[in-house]
Amino acid sequence: MQTTDSHVKTDDAQLPQVQEPRNAGMDLDLSWVRAVQANTSAIERRAATLPGRRSVKKNHQAAWLCKAISLIDLTTLSGDDTEGRVRRLCAKARQPVRADILDALGMQDLTTGAVCVYHDMVETAVDALRGSGIPVAAVSTGFPAGLSPYKLRIAEIGESVAAGAEEIDIVITRRHVLQGNWQALYDEMREMRAACGEAHVKAILATGELGTLRNVARASLVCMMAGADFIKTSTGKESVNATLPVSLTMIRAIRDYEAHTGYKVGYKPAGGISKAKDALTYLALIKDELGDRWLQPDLFRFGASSLLGDIERQLEHHVTGAYSASWRHAAG
Amino acid sequence: MSVKDIFETMEYGPAPESAAPALEWLVDMGDRFGCFIDGKFTDPGETFEAKDPATGNVLAHVTQATEADVDTAVAAARKAQAKWAKDGHKRARALYAIARLLQKHARLFAVLETLDNGKPIRESRDIDIPLAARHFYYHAGMAELMDEELPDAEPIGVCGQIVPWNFPLLMLAWKIAPALAMGNTVVLKPAEYTSLTALLFADICRQAGLPKGVVNIVTGDGAVGEMLVTSDVDKIAFTGSTAVGRRIREATAGSGKALTLELGGKSPYIVFEDADIDSAVEGLVDAIWFNQGEVCCAGSRLLVQEGIAPRFYDKLRARMDKLRLGNPLDKAIDVGAVVDPVQLQAITDMVDGSNGDIHRAPGPLPDTGCYYPPTLITGLSPADRLMQEEIFGPVLVSTTFRTPSEAVELANNTRYGLAASVWTENINLALDVAPKLAAGVVWINATNLFDAAAGFGGVRESGFGREGGWEGLMAYTRPKGAGKEITPIAPYSTDDGNPIPPLDRTAKLYIGGKQARPDGGYSRPVYTRGGKLLGHASLANRKDLRNAVEAMTAARSWSQTTGHLRAQILYYIAENLSAREDEFATRINHLTGGRSGDKEVAQAVRALFKWAAWADKHDHRAKPVPMRGTALAMNEPVGNIGILCDDARPLMGLIEPMAPAIAMGNRVTAVASSPYPLAATDFYQVLDTSDVPGGVVNILTGDHAELAPHLAAHAGLDAVWSFSATDLSQEIEHASAATLKRTWVNNGRSHDWPAATWLAQSTEVKTVWIPYGE
Repeated sequence: MQTTDSHVKTDDAQLPQVQEPRNAGMDLDLSWVRAVQANTSAIERRAATLPGRRSVKKNHQAAWLCKAISLIDLTTLSGDDTEGRVRRLCAKARQPVRADILDALGMQDLTTGAVCVYHDMVETAVDALRGSGIPVAAVSTGFPAGLSPYKLRIAEIGESVAAGAEEIDIVITRRHVLQGNWQALYDEMREMRAACGEAHVKAILATGELGTLRNVARASLVCMMAGADFIKTSTGKESVNATLPVSLTMIRAIRDYEAHTGYKVGYKPAGGISKAKDALTYLALIKDELGDRWLQPDLFRFGASSLLGDIERQLEHHVTGAYSASWRHAAG
Repeated sequence: MSVKDIFETMEYGPAPESAAPALEWLVDMGDRFGCFIDGKFTDPGETFEAKDPATGNVLAHVTQATEADVDTAVAAARKAQAKWAKDGHKRARALYAIARLLQKHARLFAVLETLDNGKPIRESRDIDIPLAARHFYYHAGMAELMDEELPDAEPIGVCGQIVPWNFPLLMLAWKIAPALAMGNTVVLKPAEYTSLTALLFADICRQAGLPKGVVNIVTGDGAVGEMLVTSDVDKIAFTGSTAVGRRIREATAGSGKALTLELGGKSPYIVFEDADIDSAVEGLVDAIWFNQGEVCCAGSRLLVQEGIAPRFYDKLRARMDKLRLGNPLDKAIDVGAVVDPVQLQAITDMVDGSNGDIHRAPGPLPDTGCYYPPTLITGLSPADRLMQEEIFGPVLVSTTFRTPSEAVELANNTRYGLAASVWTENINLALDVAPKLAAGVVWINATNLFDAAAGFGGVRESGFGREGGWEGLMAYTRPKGAGKEITPIAPYSTDDGNPIPPLDRTAKLYIGGKQARPDGGYSRPVYTRGGKLLGHASLANRKDLRNAVEAMTAARSWSQTTGHLRAQILYYIAENLSAREDEFATRINHLTGGRSGDKEVAQAVRALFKWAAWADKHDHRAKPVPMRGTALAMNEPVGNIGILCDDARPLMGLIEPMAPAIAMGNRVTAVASSPYPLAATDFYQVLDTSDVPGGVVNILTGDHAELAPHLAAHAGLDAVWSFSATDLSQEIEHASAATLKRTWVNNGRSHDWPAATWLAQSTEVKTVWIPYGE
């Protein structure tokens, strides 16, 4: 079996990859946006049958689960976060799985894709991850509701970038979507992208608050037109977060956008993905709908906090043949 | 391959389902199977091999049933039937037990099905077996409800059932569950490629404590099917190819055996420019690459609106190229093996003969086994052979259209009429197009959805009869009562030289709302019993029939009129007839030599009132299918109906079938009572004065026996009914095989049919699946 793809070097795989040209965006094309369709029931049927259509077993399953770890934005976004808590999380990001298990798998260099924190924790995280190659992502722009003064939201991005965040997860103004004000959404996204500078920007759509999949599809497209590097489902704070139907809708938008512009935009489902099996289903979805190229950290991330724990237990089971328990794995 | 390697390539590995339990079951059964007759397996006779098409491995040896086996099975079923029919609750318990056992052994059934048929385990596990179990649960309920809800119905008796190899267990369930629920017993023949799950099902029947003889399974090839067709059964239910269906129609003609046929298709898959294109592309995966395209209702004929066609094809090719083809037992396989080398060769030959633009998915094919790659052929026009003929493989053909009406025209440009899919985000368009499609099932923004509550079946050469739902029970019941034998009536022929009308009257034909001279230019005198000349009646020939069918077709807008309008017109007919009560009564008395003309006119007026009443009350049903959405069972008119009228009743013979037929929106051509034609010809004036649009009712006079074969053979007629005193059942059923039109013949007996029968004969149930949700 060939092992190619020089773009994956595990020692710095977590850096935003540079071999793909960054999405430069395009002028807002309202006729395209308005022509976008999303048939909810058909999308739900596809999503519902997907877990039954794809299955990976044995070594393949272990490899796919390691891949999932390498794609996790290990996240803490709580009001009670402290420096100590964040340092602990960063240590987990560096060593996501017990060393003996990684040794058995031959995956010693495995790390998570990034660590994702609030602005106040960026400096701590950057410090804790120094030398690891693991980037720090900051949620921004008045996360999670995105309703703080607009000026402050833009300024917040600059602060986080200055503090060392290489990735900025912004939240869009849901109102613009619900009111069909695509120009406003486009302008906002444009300005946020500009504020990010070299840092990559992930646009959080808060899909659970957009009402319809059609809105999800249209908002995805507008954010990509405005230069988003990633589109992301949720803050994790909405009552409904990442789902397979929403993911299918968004990645189809990504596929269309690439077909139209040539730019590959990344995808990040966030919130609600906590089981190893779910992660495998998501990877299969991405593989089948977007292709293998998207199974790299520069184009795909899981926004998750508890997913890693379940994957660790599955990997230990793979190595030992016995089911595991959570206390056998290091806390994050 | 190491974890590290796979981490880089992110390939799918093998994910095989174990074949062991199914293979063990085959070993336990001795690897050799007899037939299942009268509650037990017979000793294996002469056998043939059951093979795994994915590997060519022999799975078991299955008996080629003999004539004696078939006769013994039918006799066992006959013996068991009366007792089985007695207690609906007991039947419900038995069907419930079968459903439970199917679920308990679901994985065994799924693996065995995949081994025998080659379909992906995902499909047998997630679709075939659950749907089969669901069918038995649903019909357990029908058995429980039969006495209360269908008080006028009785079982048909012993049913011979022949099922195909594409959904072996599911088609068995569709056949056996409703038959058993309604108190019939069955002899079922599975396809010779795929007998094994039927034999496992027989084993389940034993475990369920089903009385012996209620279910019998005879195995073998088409020769066994022929034996079953000609055996002493009361009904044949067949699912399979149109060619074989035609042969069965011919073989059963005139036998009095009930028949339902679920045959081939070339179902259109229509994508309008405002559709969710990605979902429509994904739908095609389930339409044509489901079960390797070996699906009678496969969406095999793609019609795409011109403006989006290039983009749609690009997306479709990209999607095809991602399909995973291979070992059907692998849990991550999309396309499995074609059922048999013979089928593989047939597919290969058809595609190789095409001059379209052929795209075959590039993935590697396994070195051995019967595999054909997912294939798209574009650039075809309706005239191309592959646009017309069923391929029954993973091959999609395509053309484009410009407007909704052109989409409908192209969709209906086929001899088949099984299913159709319509993709658009515009509800106005979807719900406008669905009723216009010649199909028994329409899926809106979906494809290949099935449920026991929703009827399935076709029109045109896709067959007749429905499976599933209340409408499906019609296939396994008949109205109670044996009817009365009809004796042929000769016209009075004595001529005493005294005409009754002072002026010569020669009745013409009534075609397209006008009186027309007969093409042949012949007429015959009609006398009273006493020999007085009443007038002359035209003798219609096949060309007059042709003209009448053209008039009916031209009057097709009648089918789109409102029930209210049709009721108004029927009331108006009744009113005008009533005004001329005495004249018609006298006419009837003159014709028949009887004295009850006034009663017959009163009956006719009453019948017209009754069907005026029904015209706007044969409600469609909304089926509770297990999804967010609904399946509408729409009672659509059959279309053009040719009727040979009851000879004994000059007026009622016409009105009795005409009124329900036109009330339900059909157009009719009725051939009047052959000995007593002149009441029907008098009726022209009633029709003329009652706002009946020209062509909705056409009336011919002449010889039933001469016109019957032309009625049955005319491709423009959708159904033929015969109430003639001349028993023409055999001729009509035999001649109908060419077009597979619906026939309703009297087999020489007259019945007083309940309204439900008239309604069922006057309508086709179209199931329109409407998933919704935003």
